[in-house]
Amino acid sequence: MSQEIIWAITMPIIALLIPLSMGAMLIWGERRLLAVWQARRGPNRVGPFGLLQVVADAVKMFFKEDWIPPFADKKVFVLAPAIIITTILLNFSLIPWTPDLVVFDSSVGLLIFFALSSLGSYSIALAGWSSQNKYALLGSMRSIGQMVAYEVFMGLSLMGVVIQSGSFRLIDIVNAQTNVWNIIPQFIGFSVFYIAALAETHRLPFDLPEAESELVAGFHSEYSGLKFGMFFVGEYMGISLMCAMMTLLFFGGWHGPIGPDIFWFMIKTCLLIASFILLRASLPRPRVDQLIVFGWRWLLPLSILNLMITAVVVLL
Amino acid sequence: MISILKSIWVILSYTFKKPVTVQYPEERPNLAPRFRGRIVLTRDPDGEERCVACYLCSSVCPVDCIAIQAAEDDRGRRYPKSFRINFSRCIYCGMCEEACPTLAIQLSPDFELAEYVRSNLVYEKEDLLISGPGKAPAYNFYHMAGLAISGKAKGQGVGEKAPVDIHSLLP
Repeated sequence: MSQEIIWAITMPIIALLIPLSMGAMLIWGERRLLAVWQARRGPNRVGPFGLLQVVADAVKMFFKEDWIPPFADKKVFVLAPAIIITTILLNFSLIPWTPDLVVFDSSVGLLIFFALSSLGSYSIALAGWSSQNKYALLGSMRSIGQMVAYEVFMGLSLMGVVIQSGSFRLIDIVNAQTNVWNIIPQFIGFSVFYIAALAETHRLPFDLPEAESELVAGFHSEYSGLKFGMFFVGEYMGISLMCAMMTLLFFGGWHGPIGPDIFWFMIKTCLLIASFILLRASLPRPRVDQLIVFGWRWLLPLSILNLMITAVVVLL
Repeated sequence: MISILKSIWVILSYTFKKPVTVQYPEERPNLAPRFRGRIVLTRDPDGEERCVACYLCSSVCPVDCIAIQAAEDDRGRRYPKSFRINFSRCIYCGMCEEACPTLAIQLSPDFELAEYVRSNLVYEKEDLLISGPGKAPAYNFYHMAGLAISGKAKGQGVGEKAPVDIHSLLP
């Protein structure tokens, strides 16, 4: 009995520390991986392999002036970075890292995931609006257009998975993949979800809201210090979240030949994150209209087609 | 679509390539002899100063970082009494080296000029003079030029003919 109580207390803490440490490690990991793919070395001075670079960055960010522009809408300006961290951390509570390590095992987990990731776009909208800066506003406008467009078929692309496993519960979806991972029957769904996840997390090549060459830093141009740090870590945790979701939905979650469950989950998630970084290293950024047209003209019909085919196959 | 996959593949192949980075403080960069770094004043093969204080380098310097004061020794040779280069102004363009008629001023491959105090970057003549001939090991201006100094009259230089006798009618 007491053991159960201790587990009930420690488990959420572990489940909270996993995404936080993933987000922190990604700050270092992305820079090192990008360096590998650009024939450089990346940060390798602070600590072994530059691993303490994260600590150095955090200390720097902590001691920077936390500047709120006098022309900004102060309350909203402060609220915006909190929203993105809150929604992403809440989203992580849905993720079953292993069959036991799940904070909130909801029977409609996937729907809550969609709801929360839609709420995340409020953060960017409000950040751009409250900054009273033309670049920030342009960035957040692009971001909203992108998120609204890509959320539609992000949802539709996963309906095939839901039909196959017959449940919105993430543990059920993983258990339905014991024999064959969803990526094989649902390859189209995976491709659409992957591209949509790139757009949702504002990763290159879809980082139009933060396009440095055009918009300074996009929606977080006016942010500094720890508030900027929240957006920064929030972006990396968003990547971890999307990759963890893809692992759950398409790559069989914690299923693996031998060894502990959490190990397989992490390996798959990290490989997916590396693939996100690889895309950043290799692809240029499209124009805004190209991005939106690509979404509505190709990805939406493709995801509907995938949904229909899956439905027909399952019915037969 | 295929070009996108191809570019992803090319980038992925870089996983197994060696980084081009030179890890500077531990690993020294291999600089060319013609690298434009810290400026030095060289000596001729006899070990005497090459500079004749003609002011060409200080005139051509686009940022006016060279200051010279000319003087003449008892053999009739000009030399700089003071030669000062302000390295906090110098842009390492190498125009002084191009302008120098005696190959005295030369740019060297040393680039480590970091200082805590700006005034430490003002180099005087004794800081600039080196003991060797630099990039032109055999060149000695006074042996080539048709200028009379003590110990060498006109026409005694290397490959130099005797001066024409302007009073003679013979060719």
